[in-house]
Amino acid sequence: MYVAVKGGEKAISAAHELLAKVRRGDTREAELSVKQVEQQLPLAVARVMTEGAVYDPELAALAIKQSAGDLVEAIFLLRAYKTTLNRFGICEPINTETMQIERRISATYKDLPGGQVLGPTFDYTHRLLDFSLMAEGDVSEPSVADISPSAEMSAEPVSVEPVSKVLEILERENLMVSESDHQSEPTDITRDPITYPAERSARLQSLVQGDEGFLLALGYSTQRGYGRNHPFAGEIRIGEVEVSIVPEELGFEITIGAVQMTECEMVNGFTRHRDGEVKFTRGYGVGFGQCERKAMAMALVDRSLQAADYDEEVVSPAQQEEFVLSHCDNVEAAGFVSHLKLPHYVDFQSELELLRRIRAAEQSDSAKDMN
Amino acid sequence: MNPQTIREGYNFAYLDEQTKRMIRRALLKAVAIPGYQVPFGGREMPMPYGWGTGGMQVTAAVIGENDCLKVIDQGADDTTNAVSIRAFFRDLTGVRTTEKTEEATLIQTRHRIPEKPLQAGQVLVYQVPIPEPLRFIEPSEVETRKMHALEDYGVMHIKLYEDIAQFGHIATAYAYPVLVNGRYVMDPSPIPKFDNPKMDNSPALQLFGAGREKRIYAIPPYTDVKSLDFEDHPFEVQRWEQCCAICGSDESFLDEVIMDDQGAHEFICSDTDYCRERMANLEVTA
Repeated sequence: MYVAVKGGEKAISAAHELLAKVRRGDTREAELSVKQVEQQLPLAVARVMTEGAVYDPELAALAIKQSAGDLVEAIFLLRAYKTTLNRFGICEPINTETMQIERRISATYKDLPGGQVLGPTFDYTHRLLDFSLMAEGDVSEPSVADISPSAEMSAEPVSVEPVSKVLEILERENLMVSESDHQSEPTDITRDPITYPAERSARLQSLVQGDEGFLLALGYSTQRGYGRNHPFAGEIRIGEVEVSIVPEELGFEITIGAVQMTECEMVNGFTRHRDGEVKFTRGYGVGFGQCERKAMAMALVDRSLQAADYDEEVVSPAQQEEFVLSHCDNVEAAGFVSHLKLPHYVDFQSELELLRRIRAAEQSDSAKDMN
Repeated sequence: MNPQTIREGYNFAYLDEQTKRMIRRALLKAVAIPGYQVPFGGREMPMPYGWGTGGMQVTAAVIGENDCLKVIDQGADDTTNAVSIRAFFRDLTGVRTTEKTEEATLIQTRHRIPEKPLQAGQVLVYQVPIPEPLRFIEPSEVETRKMHALEDYGVMHIKLYEDIAQFGHIATAYAYPVLVNGRYVMDPSPIPKFDNPKMDNSPALQLFGAGREKRIYAIPPYTDVKSLDFEDHPFEVQRWEQCCAICGSDESFLDEVIMDDQGAHEFICSDTDYCRERMANLEVTA
């Protein structure tokens, strides 16, 4: 008698043990610590925090270690952990204008108040493998004095004063559509599923958590003509901003900590608005840690999703809100794609049976025709 | 129940009580409007979307300390995902689990309804990948919600008619659409159409959870569930010429098992509990 082999508890736990072994790698090498991941892979940590929607570098680093470097898996781990957390309050809106600038650039002005601050960036590096990093031993501390600041570009922030925002400068000149606080309660996509057409707040929340690769491709497609929106990187800034809450029993604001954020504001093609005025339009991108590519891609897509506001014809994928928002989440997408690995015996059996029946019926029909 | 059996640091059944209450409110609405898809604030679960997170959230919201849980996938208790979900709830609720359909108060399923008829008081929780039966005809949620509101189901009948014109049969073998309580067209989840008649006037409560799509719907006990068809092409279920190679059943849903590289095959019951019980009875009478 043949007994069908189906997965059992033993097989599952053995598979998990194997995974743990693969993750550890060669035991003659020192084990990677969570602290090392947090300190030495900060950009991976930033992506996991942004798309995992939890600001906690240590837990993000743990997720990266646990997932053996699979960032989509790490994002998933962090999201699943987030589910279990209690909410004890809602913070006040963060103010990125008071950001302690670590990097701040504008592609629209050569120089501007607050200056151009390159900060830590891959920009302008030559993408040559640096074999010196393969060598063992301590790497000497980079010396700040080696970097010679030019008149309009410096590598280190020059002031700790609030640095005003590029797009606000344009707004004040009446050249830019204004972005104003509606004072209405923002939607919370973790509590209410998105309905279409979506509120801007729901849209931005969804894009922040959205997959960097997916948004990058969509943003790129707008640059290639599928829903062009003529972008300029008006301003990109990275740095720490304070987070504060107003406890009910106190009634005044107290600062509870600081988070590192990246913000990108795009200046987009101008258009004649319903009030008859001609102004630039804008797109907004933001994320935790240093996540410039993500923030830029998000800003491009945020703008392309405003098509309806400017009576633009919606013809390209990046302009279709329902298409973009219902497919941008990589936890959802990876889950549903991976579920194809689950058994589908029953459904497949049903299809098999139907196909055989259709073919049998057709064969008997054609046999009848022959007679 | 011994509370020590729950994994430390987690609430009973994983979700916090506020979330469970939110899901229960959605469930109540779903029961009140049979077949209607109720949006709910679906949470991330520690398993991937598409692997039963909707069903797990529904189970987590309704499970109590005195429940006895059965989990099946493809009809079987021992498929990997069923094993994993059962272990999850054992770990996070400490409730009793079973493989016997009649012992369970709560059954979470993927792709099958047990062969043994369900009883009053039992709850069947379905894992749903795509809750919208009209999705493959109309990709936009805005449009499909409108179609449900207006009871505009003509396109579904056209699709079924086109199948008949093209293949001589309705070419839907699973996730076969049903009309619930004479009002809403509903996706029964990807169960084979073989199982559709079991939904009709079932004494058990049937709950459906779609995690990724964030929808919940329900069929209360003793509700009319009709598989869509035409007078001259009445709905019919799959039949096999073979019977189960293990228990000899000729009335259960059979899985095909390939025996060798030449494609020789045998058929066995997809419902492992049903098959096991038949074998046990045969041994007793023998």
